Amino acid sequence: MSAASEGISTAFDPRKGTPGVMRKIRAAAVGAVTLSLALAATACGGGSSTGGGSNDSPKTLTYWASNQGASIEVDKKVLQPELDKFEKQTGIKVKLEVVPWADLLNRILTATTSGQGPDILNIGNTWSASLQATGALLPWDAKNFDKIGGKDRFVNSALGSTGVTGQDPAAVPLYSMAYALYYNKNIFADAGIAKPPATWDELVADGKKIQAKGKQAIGTEGSNLSENIHQVFVLAKQHHADFFTADGKADFTNDGVVAAVKQYVDLMAKDKVVPVSNAEYSQNQSLSDFAKGKTAMVLWQTASATFKSLGMKDSDWAVAPAPVPSGAPGTGAQVNSMVAGINMAVFKNTHNVDGATKFVKFMTSDDEQKLLNKAYGSIPPVKSAQSDPAFNAQGTAVLRQTLASSAVALPQVADESQFETAVGTAVKDLFAEAAAGHAVTTESVKAKLLKAQQQMPKK
Amino acid sequence: MTTTLPEQGTRPVHKSSPGTARGPRRPGRIKRIGLPYLLLLPALLLELLVHLVPMVIGITMSFKELTQFYIRDWGTAPWSGIDNYRLSVDVNGPVGDALLHSFLVTVAFTLLSVGLCWAIGTTAAIYMQDTFRGRGLLRTVFLIPYALPVYAAVITWAFMFQHDNGLVNHVLHDQLHLTDQPSFWLIGDNSFYALLTVSVWKGWPFAFLIVMAGLQNIPHELYEAAALDGAGLWQQIRRITLPSLRPVNQVLVLVLFLWTFNDFNTPYVLFGKSAPEAADLISVHIYQSSFVTWNFGTGSAMSVLLLLFLLVVTGLYLLLTSRGRKTADA
Repeated sequence: MSAASEGISTAFDPRKGTPGVMRKIRAAAVGAVTLSLALAATACGGGSSTGGGSNDSPKTLTYWASNQGASIEVDKKVLQPELDKFEKQTGIKVKLEVVPWADLLNRILTATTSGQGPDILNIGNTWSASLQATGALLPWDAKNFDKIGGKDRFVNSALGSTGVTGQDPAAVPLYSMAYALYYNKNIFADAGIAKPPATWDELVADGKKIQAKGKQAIGTEGSNLSENIHQVFVLAKQHHADFFTADGKADFTNDGVVAAVKQYVDLMAKDKVVPVSNAEYSQNQSLSDFAKGKTAMVLWQTASATFKSLGMKDSDWAVAPAPVPSGAPGTGAQVNSMVAGINMAVFKNTHNVDGATKFVKFMTSDDEQKLLNKAYGSIPPVKSAQSDPAFNAQGTAVLRQTLASSAVALPQVADESQFETAVGTAVKDLFAEAAAGHAVTTESVKAKLLKAQQQMPKK
Repeated sequence: MTTTLPEQGTRPVHKSSPGTARGPRRPGRIKRIGLPYLLLLPALLLELLVHLVPMVIGITMSFKELTQFYIRDWGTAPWSGIDNYRLSVDVNGPVGDALLHSFLVTVAFTLLSVGLCWAIGTTAAIYMQDTFRGRGLLRTVFLIPYALPVYAAVITWAFMFQHDNGLVNHVLHDQLHLTDQPSFWLIGDNSFYALLTVSVWKGWPFAFLIVMAGLQNIPHELYEAAALDGAGLWQQIRRITLPSLRPVNQVLVLVLFLWTFNDFNTPYVLFGKSAPEAADLISVHIYQSSFVTWNFGTGSAMSVLLLLFLLVVTGLYLLLTSRGRKTADA
């Protein structure tokens, strides 16, 4: 940098000719050198830090929240007062960013690769094992759990979806959700259906009655990969089958899985209780159809808040457990939901480990759990918060019951994320074929699933 | 750098008053020659930073087994030699087969899209050459698709292509009764045509703009002379317009080809993360192979293969078209 000072000092030398031009040239040269050096410096300094956490910035935190409310704005309104409360208690300012679902996983992957990410983040609980494998998240060992009141505070089913069994969880449960059958009471009454279907046969039979009255029976999201996975995973369980072998290998073509996927697609292809247009749905159009009274039923997770935001009155819909083969939900082949939910994780590269842990403790405290889960229509994964009467109401009692007795976690394997994409796409393609009027056979289902299995990482 | 550059910066060239020049002549020459390079240096470094470094990193990644287990510190990812490439080009395996399918779809899509863009753009430009009332307005209207933000434009098309409430089905099925039942445009085999429609709609105004600019350079006397000699409109286009546009078309077709072949935004906004097989363009396919399956090594290998292919095509194209022009000129 001595160049700069020297260059400028001579530029002002009055003895020289045409000082104006000289000065400009010199200034340009100096500018060029400075800019080059600055560029070289940034290029060299761009390396990522891959160390553990630190407490370098104890007064701030960045929080990536997933989109739980009807919109990002709703989330900000729900969360900001709580973050202010936290700042009052601890003096730590939390910067909130609500990340849409379409971007969340990519953002997390980018943050993992670069080492530049938030301090705390929400993850879909099914991603726990996949993200755990990257090593980007702080493991919740006994010591860390003690800081937030112990592992025992959480419901077991929710803890079952926090990472690979036998390893320290990669995240802490924050909101729990479960699948249930939401139905339109008025359409049911018009079709003369006294009680909601409890088995798949009843569901199809009721669907026919509803269609006879000119309404659509069941809505699905055929092009939504995660949604497809959640449904066929539970159906596979009902066929005594799994998508992964006990030692974590992909096994998508066993008879049970093929039968499960076929059963789901057959709701459109053979039973014809799902309208063909649903094959291209991927942005919750089926919920919008339901809220408008076009469709009589949807199988969905924690939909009450969404219905309200879509303008449907609480008195117009009711909720029942999702169908099972026997009609009585339970364990084994009678499960009727995945353990859905959101986990909260601490990014290992955080510059405020202690603050982040404090924030997790705050968000999983009884008061916050009650308040937040009420706002989102979800169920608290914290046992002591579940006693609140709000979680025994119209929209929530069935969900709480399902989570407690008949929900099972998606495979906790490192390849879970790839599984969602590969099999989710296979189901989407099968729906597309059904919609186009092509036959969906056991062979065609098996072929699609085989293709999905071939896309999985080789072990 | 800090030790040599000050010399250049502090000793300016005094062409106008040689008497006052201090020091020997030689550094002055170096200075004179050096200054332009010095001024280029920031741009050069930026170019390195923005273009070359990421490319080198991408090529390096393609030789690594970069899965979710290593992305946090990808220096530790094991070297995999040419395994990623072998996997990508093995057309008997599922990955290579899918890549080949995607490649063929992309080639067909690109040829059709570029051909249609060029044909529509050129036709429109030729018709817009004659002055008539409302020409300025029409020219502006024609450019709107090119000026719109891609996302906004494509998402609008996605709505129009919807099965139940889309405008396309409303017109084709409800009003014109061209189809027995409403068609699916965003899933299944029709998705190829949906994608092609949006791509051509989005791309032809650029061809129109460039050809229109090229037409301004054709001397009007040529047409007058041709008309006197009895050439009709079609002959004028064939004998005067198209040959004169040759250099413009050479660049236009190349640029359209590269843009269309690499287009990511259109299919991604239209179909989301998993495109239907019929419209599985290679850019989205590579994105899926890396981001969605978290295998960045294979994705990078596919990207490098794509880069090589485009380099070869571009090189051959320029070679052939330039040689053709030289012989034509001679």
